[in-house]
Amino acid sequence: MSDDGELDLNSLNDEELVQQVHDDLYDGLKEEVEAAVHILLGRGWAPYKVLTEALVEGMRIVGVDFRDGILFVPEVLLAANSMKAGMFILRPLLIATGAPRQGKMVIGTVKGDIHDIGKNLVGMMMEGAGFEVIDLGINNPVEKYLGAIEEHKPDILGMSALLTTTMPYMKVVIDTMKEKGMRDDYIVLVGGAPLNEEFAKAVGADAYCRDAAVAVETAKSFMARKHNQMASN
Amino acid sequence: MTLVNLTPSDEFEFKPGQGDVLLLACGALAREIVDLIERNRWTAFDLQCLPAKWHNTPDKIVPAIREKIREAKGRYKSIFVLYGDCGTGGELDRLLAEEGIERIDGPHCYAFFSGNAEFERHADDDVTSFFLTDYLAKHFDKLIWAGLGLDRHPELLPLYFGNYTKIVFLAQTRDEDLAKKAMAAAARLGLAYEYRFTGYGEVLARLQNHAG
Ligand code: B12
Repeated sequence: MSDDGELDLNSLNDEELVQQVHDDLYDGLKEEVEAAVHILLGRGWAPYKVLTEALVEGMRIVGVDFRDGILFVPEVLLAANSMKAGMFILRPLLIATGAPRQGKMVIGTVKGDIHDIGKNLVGMMMEGAGFEVIDLGINNPVEKYLGAIEEHKPDILGMSALLTTTMPYMKVVIDTMKEKGMRDDYIVLVGGAPLNEEFAKAVGADAYCRDAAVAVETAKSFMARKHNQMASN
Repeated sequence: MTLVNLTPSDEFEFKPGQGDVLLLACGALAREIVDLIERNRWTAFDLQCLPAKWHNTPDKIVPAIREKIREAKGRYKSIFVLYGDCGTGGELDRLLAEEGIERIDGPHCYAFFSGNAEFERHADDDVTSFFLTDYLAKHFDKLIWAGLGLDRHPELLPLYFGNYTKIVFLAQTRDEDLAKKAMAAAARLGLAYEYRFTGYGEVLARLQNHAG
């Protein structure tokens, strides 16, 4: 215990400290999360291990309680913001240490829509899972998506929409990809609270993902399938 | 001498539990609907509202409306729903199609107060607008500021509203106090302010159709 009665993170063993990061993420305590990340790195933890065991696992727990209606948007946003701060410390180290790469994703919110909390969370968890993520931000017309695909040659295109009026725009993007004969070269994942599986099928996406954890699992399984296909060709 | 002499006894007061057309509405529309009923002296309507705060948790809307319809069926000549899709992702319309019940057209109240076609026309210019209605202007502190947790965590403001440029106050009535509140809300969010009078928009026309 330090003088002011606060918990001294340094006094915790590794296991306790990781547990504490999970709790601090849950409570949206950004400074505490940053401090713990520094301590774990100082103890010789690989950046990738800090990322997955402390941050990603903590955020996974937040995601579960959000899905179950125990946490609400403000808490999720605070948690995400704390994770972002932790990732900011880790990102350059991850690049330097050559952490495993799963694939590349371009993600953005569709034209007319500027909701981005869910999209940012998905981007972050994908990055946490080892994907390189190119975030196009909000209000993206089809040209922006196509330009980014051209430039970055991703494996996955992710589109987000939170408005009933903007969801149909996903079909515009996918139809344009079809016209250009490039639809099948990419895995297309879609998400946002008002969407569902049926909608994803109707617009021609590969999958609808209910939340960030599902997005990561889905992306990984599509990548595995892609590798298998390439191996058998 | 005045030509119109409305003494209190001449005023029409809406009393719930009387009409034979049930209006099932979002609580955010209650005041406007009662106002229209009283001004037009419509006797056909009964009104039941669901909590406006479900705006932020649209998952709760459809099960609650289903429940209300079950309770009400057989007790009314007809039911009319005053809700937008409101983020139910088409679920509300699926339920109403099953039940053979109509609702006011439009994705949300900002659109049907403005007029759906009019709202569409502005859509491209309004991408970075955040809309307030009379109801939201009045309850901004509780529904939006506290509802998004900004009372406890003002540091979240840029994460919520960083992409917005202006508040557009879609006013149903010409009420200066509300306009001041809307302006104060814009200042608090650090956004520009625009006033657009809409009146009751398509709510009036649709209720007229059902008033008998
Ligand atoms: C927070 C919020 C806002 C914030 C947005 C802040 C921001 N920076 O994004 C503010 C208050 C600014 C806002 C503004 C507006 N909003 Co709003 N908003 C919400 C609310 C309450 C939560 C959305 C959210 O962030 N959830 C938290 C995140 C974590 O969840 P999520 O977005 O669903 O994302 C998860 C999954 O869906 C999935 N996912 C999401 N995207 C993707 C993408 C991919 C590729 C994958 C794989 C997965 C995936 O994973 C995510 C993480 O788990 C919803 C209601 C609701 N509960 O959904 C209304 C809601 C979406 N908003 C709505 C409306 C109407 C608006 C406004 C028009 C309101 C206004 N007064 O002007 C404006 C929109 C302006 C515009 N042009 O976009 C309506 C939509 C109604 C409709 N018919 O479509 C809703 C449903 C509320 C309502 N009932 O009226 N909103």
